[in-house]
Amino acid sequence: MTATLEEQFESTIAGHDRIEPRDWMPEGYRKTLIRQVAQHAHSEIIGMQPEGNWITRAPSLRRKAILLAKVQDEAGHGLYLYSACETLGASRRELYDKLINGQQKYSSIFNYPTLSYADVGTIGWLVDGAAICNQVPLCRTSYGPYGRAMIRICKEESFHQRQGYELLMTMMRGTEEQQAMVQESVDRFWWPALMMFGPPDDQSPNTAQSMAWGIKRDTNDELRQKFVDMSVPQAAALGVTLPDPELRWNEERGHHDFGQPDWEEFMAVVKGNGPCNAQRIAHRRQADEDGAWVREASMQFAARNERRVETR
Amino acid sequence: MTPHVHDHDSDHSSVYDGLVGSDPSHWAFGTDFEDPLAGVDTTLADGVDGPTLAAYCLMLGDDALVYSHRLSEWCSRAPDLEEDIALTNIALDLLGQARLLLARAAAADPGVVPVLPDGSPIPPEDALAFFREAGEFRNVRLVEPGNGDFAVTMVRLLVFATWRLAIMQRLESSVDPVLSAIAAKAVKEVTYHRDYAGRWFLTLAQGTDESRRRLLAALDLVWPYRGELDRVSEVERRAVDEGFGVDPAAVAAEVDVVLEQVFSVSGVERPERPALAAVRGRAGRDGLHTEELSRMLAEMQSVARAHPMGRW
Repeated sequence: MTATLEEQFESTIAGHDRIEPRDWMPEGYRKTLIRQVAQHAHSEIIGMQPEGNWITRAPSLRRKAILLAKVQDEAGHGLYLYSACETLGASRRELYDKLINGQQKYSSIFNYPTLSYADVGTIGWLVDGAAICNQVPLCRTSYGPYGRAMIRICKEESFHQRQGYELLMTMMRGTEEQQAMVQESVDRFWWPALMMFGPPDDQSPNTAQSMAWGIKRDTNDELRQKFVDMSVPQAAALGVTLPDPELRWNEERGHHDFGQPDWEEFMAVVKGNGPCNAQRIAHRRQADEDGAWVREASMQFAARNERRVETR
Repeated sequence: MTPHVHDHDSDHSSVYDGLVGSDPSHWAFGTDFEDPLAGVDTTLADGVDGPTLAAYCLMLGDDALVYSHRLSEWCSRAPDLEEDIALTNIALDLLGQARLLLARAAAADPGVVPVLPDGSPIPPEDALAFFREAGEFRNVRLVEPGNGDFAVTMVRLLVFATWRLAIMQRLESSVDPVLSAIAAKAVKEVTYHRDYAGRWFLTLAQGTDESRRRLLAALDLVWPYRGELDRVSEVERRAVDEGFGVDPAAVAAEVDVVLEQVFSVSGVERPERPALAAVRGRAGRDGLHTEELSRMLAEMQSVARAHPMGRW
């Protein structure tokens, strides 16, 4: 019996069709997906903080509206993704607890601080750009609810990327101080952005199985290369220098050669010792604890009204 | 020429396209500052005094600007994702109203706009928001204090939105067509804000012992700011005479009826707290504010003021 179900699953995967919530799936597939989708949801929610840091200091009312709307979109992405996780049998509450207790991770990029308003633009351009490179292939991922959430998320992320790039372009047309601010921000975020694709392929333990199951579609190094190739002309159009002396066009490969990020720094941040890991989780925990009485009131109120309807 | 990057995700590749030199319509919020009143005829109607109209628009605009800022401080800190999104929405609506009203003020009387260094590209709405001192703001004191807990926020929002809705409904028949159009837009938005706060008021009143206790404490805290909303300043008196403004005293009874309804459904007594005194007859509309406003503005204006020639 199980063999038949497993065969059906394998043939769905082989045919690049979608697995849906009611379909049978191997336990390992379910667990891997919950881990990946939850990590993605957590990244959206934690990702509200570094940019949220500048909402109250946005230097124009238009920029404030753009930034507020963007951070709000991230909350929305978190919602879709937690919902996709719920179709796999993991509740939002359970996932919140795992995030706050450090049992599940989120993208390490959000453990870097935002130190100037230019960072809002750089995060849009490079961080959202890297996220899009990672996420576009996921629109075709084998699990239906995840893939469909990703289609919507990617469309919104591309808006964010454009808005971020547009902020940097505008600042580059501004004063010398503003131009210097953009360059300094790009210098700080370029390497962490490259790290967003994960460790080099020969050091990535989960890649092979995830590719076989169709959860992942490209390797870390393939995506990193694509991101570098995309970013170089954009940096040139902007008028900023990418901080990599090894960066150059390789005619033979048809791609750019580039240097390696500091993988020791990457591991330190992944293991919880980045500049903002403790701060980000403390912020999330505080919001969760401060809101507990409100959620409890809402549940009690709903339960009482339900009983009232029943006794009518 | 940019090197061609092969993209095998052709089905969703559009998110990569055109960051450099593409169709500007793809950019949310446009690619440059746009006057929120662009293309609108801002000629004054007969019998309307420009400086009075400007002063009046600053009052309503500053209410929205300051309160939007406070609500935006909830972003990433709300009791749950749904509330985070809702509070950000309300902050965005009010920010939009503030932009229109400040722009209307600047068009009615360019004399209200702070003078910036020659050649500064900062538009009038931002000069007004970021380059005025606290004493030049004309908002009521209700919107200034820090958010407090969720109960304080909901009580303040209920009072604010109930009052603003009553004002905006009457402003739809303002003799100033611009103000009338802004009011028509605001009525739709603020109706939602009032309903949202009203639903939470009921939920907290009838949720748990703790939520009810917090709600009652919040009501005591916020209520002293209620009285100021009925005061009629000299500018408002002239605005009524010239046919473009609303007499706040005339909406007081209606505001009380709506609040009484919410209190009664929730099983809460109307608080017996006297109104906050003025200082030698001066309150928010006269530029006399709480201690918290100048601290809020110091943060809000910090980046803009560091770059008086900045382009954002």
